[in-house]
Amino acid sequence: MAAHALIISRAQFAFTIGFHILWPAYTIGISGFIVLLYALWFRTGKPVYRDLVRFWIHLFALGFAMGVVTGLVISYEIGTNWSVYAERTANVIGPFFSYEALMAFFLEAGFIGVMLFGMSRVAPRTHFLSCIAVAVGALMSAFWILAANSWMQTPTGFRIAADGKFEVTDWAQAIFSPSFPYRFAHMVTAAYIAGAFVVLGVCGFYLWRGRYGEFARRGLSVALWMALVLVPIQGELGDLHGRNTLEYQPIKVAAMEGDWVTRRGQPLVLFAWPDVAAARNEYELAIPHLGSLILTHHWNGLVRGLKSVPSDDRPPVPFVFFAFRLMVGLWTLMLVLVLVGTWLRLRKRLYQARWFHVACAFASPLPFLAILSGWTVTEVGRQPYVVYGYLRTAQAVSPVAGAAVFGSLALFTLVYTTLLGAFFFYATRTVLRGPEIEEPAEQPMAVRPGLASAPAGRPRS
Amino acid sequence: MRWLPVLLWLAVAFAVVMYVVMDGFDLGIGILLPFASSDHDRDIMIQSVAPFWDGNETWLVLGGTLLIGALPIAYGVLLPAFYVPLMVMLFALIFRGVAFEYRFRASRLRRNWDAAFSLGSLLAAFCQGLVLGAYIKGVPSTDGAFDGGTLDFLGGFSIVCGFGLIAGYTLLGASWLVLKTSGANAEFGRRTARLALVLTLAFIVIVSIWTPVAFPYIERRWFSWPDIGLLWPVPLATALVAYGIWRTLGGPRDLWPFLLCIGLFLLAFLGLAISLWPFVVPYGVTIWQAASSESTLIFLGVGTAIILPIILGYFAFAHSVFRGKTHTGGG
Repeated sequence: MAAHALIISRAQFAFTIGFHILWPAYTIGISGFIVLLYALWFRTGKPVYRDLVRFWIHLFALGFAMGVVTGLVISYEIGTNWSVYAERTANVIGPFFSYEALMAFFLEAGFIGVMLFGMSRVAPRTHFLSCIAVAVGALMSAFWILAANSWMQTPTGFRIAADGKFEVTDWAQAIFSPSFPYRFAHMVTAAYIAGAFVVLGVCGFYLWRGRYGEFARRGLSVALWMALVLVPIQGELGDLHGRNTLEYQPIKVAAMEGDWVTRRGQPLVLFAWPDVAAARNEYELAIPHLGSLILTHHWNGLVRGLKSVPSDDRPPVPFVFFAFRLMVGLWTLMLVLVLVGTWLRLRKRLYQARWFHVACAFASPLPFLAILSGWTVTEVGRQPYVVYGYLRTAQAVSPVAGAAVFGSLALFTLVYTTLLGAFFFYATRTVLRGPEIEEPAEQPMAVRPGLASAPAGRPRS
Repeated sequence: MRWLPVLLWLAVAFAVVMYVVMDGFDLGIGILLPFASSDHDRDIMIQSVAPFWDGNETWLVLGGTLLIGALPIAYGVLLPAFYVPLMVMLFALIFRGVAFEYRFRASRLRRNWDAAFSLGSLLAAFCQGLVLGAYIKGVPSTDGAFDGGTLDFLGGFSIVCGFGLIAGYTLLGASWLVLKTSGANAEFGRRTARLALVLTLAFIVIVSIWTPVAFPYIERRWFSWPDIGLLWPVPLATALVAYGIWRTLGGPRDLWPFLLCIGLFLLAFLGLAISLWPFVVPYGVTIWQAASSESTLIFLGVGTAIILPIILGYFAFAHSVFRGKTHTGGG
């Protein structure tokens, strides 16, 4: 029973949290974009920005509901499926979850109503502040949940009590554990990139089909600027995060790189088929010394291999190895798209090059796939531990029957697939219906959104 | 510090009460939806809770996360014990939440989303009642881990509690309609509130008789001095509040029935808390046994004490933005 419950619980958690993470990424990214558009509207007074705000709030709402309901599942699943983990680590991570609810979820929940339904009821400045509150709430949620995750990866600031429970000795160290700053920067940047690519996709689609000209051009332009800044930064953040992992979780890095042997001048494995049973790579294609150079910034730097630990202390290597390659490959694709777009912009052909608009329309899923690959790398790479080095995943599972977990996993698969279908159906419909564009002659600052007869007056901002 | 776990227990209890009262009225709207007389009325009913449902469900998340932070043994025992009803409840809440957002965008499928919203609300209410019943029944544990069976939560008592909570949420939803809508909707609210009140009281009476008969701990509690001195005002106050609801439903003040319905729920909680004190896992784990380490309780308690009032403040703001009767349009 226990073995079944363990593997099914792992499958269920991986599936539900993998599905969930897409929506926070979407909502963090889109809410940030909405705040940026709002600021541009206040600054320039161009009505097109208000049209963009209104349109993206509609699309934001669709994803937000998905994030709330799938997140609710996670907060209970930790107890239902991982009760031993919950009891042992509750002193440390319990308050992180509570603070996430107190500081983030309530902030989002308190202002989401005003954001979605209040545009015609409150002054533009109040509505703007509500949008900021929702965007900040989404960010704070990432802060606390990544603090919890980072502590599980690189635990600090605790001791283990006589009854086997973790107890905090230093809260600052527990919250700001060594991998936290890197993970937080890496994930939040990924979320903003995801937001920018969703916008690129929708606006690229409009330009491709020749619809909503000014609206689509402004949206594409702003999103492309965002992506031009963020995608290269993400490369640098990824490198820093990787070097931090090398310091604290060298075996994870060995799995990412496909390095079995500890040696100086480690080659960079471009492609291979990791053979777990034989503990070596088949069909390896590698560049000598480059692995050491990238990881340690030295030609002959020492890089640990997987065989430096017993085989039951190694993560499932192929998952980590291929997910890492997939993530880097997707990032490269995104970088190419952004650079090509910027080159077109410099040549003043950004709004004419239809092939680029087509490329944008199909590029939206890239950052989401990269996020899933990245989380696969870091979470599967943490195995066989749930708290790295201290608590094994196999010891953390709840005393529940395998059949019950199997039933809930089957239901989750069914329900989430249906939900995803519904999301795409209504998101596509919202996109096809297009934005409500107000008459260009209208003075944006003189009109309260939704109230055409309101007295004139600039919003004080 | 013996009082510190109790303070955090109060915070958990506050979150659960807030959840039941706040999500109770929007679950009630979901249960009532199929009985409304026209699509127009249904639109207004949904519209009246649209800005709030998400905030209401956040209390459930807070309850769960405060429980793991402050009383981890209770979290670790209760959640596996209620695996099936909690999972079904989560599925129901998922469908209901998503149906909420998508019905606004649907045309042909709107009826289907409305059905998903209603069934989700009904099922979530029933599962919460099952959990309540199974909780009162008691949850076996050894060394801080659940050691009962997957289907232990089932039984006549918990099923009765499930139907009882459906009746109670219907009552809350109906009194919300009286408060937030006008015309046909408010009339519908008044009619159903009366019916739901009678049903709710019937379930309260059944559960109150069944409990001491079936559970010796509660029997000793209820019929021994000094606890009886604490408890006897509860049924009396319940009867008074119920009478108040009946009277004010016919009166001109639309806020009163809603407030008194909340009062009815608060009294039920008070009775439950006094009956089960000091257990957080009946009848084996007390508040102090379940509590996390002192440094965790302090860290958590300080933050909760500071942030909770701020939250209540901006929730009051959100309710004031959408105050008054709901009309169609917007959304």
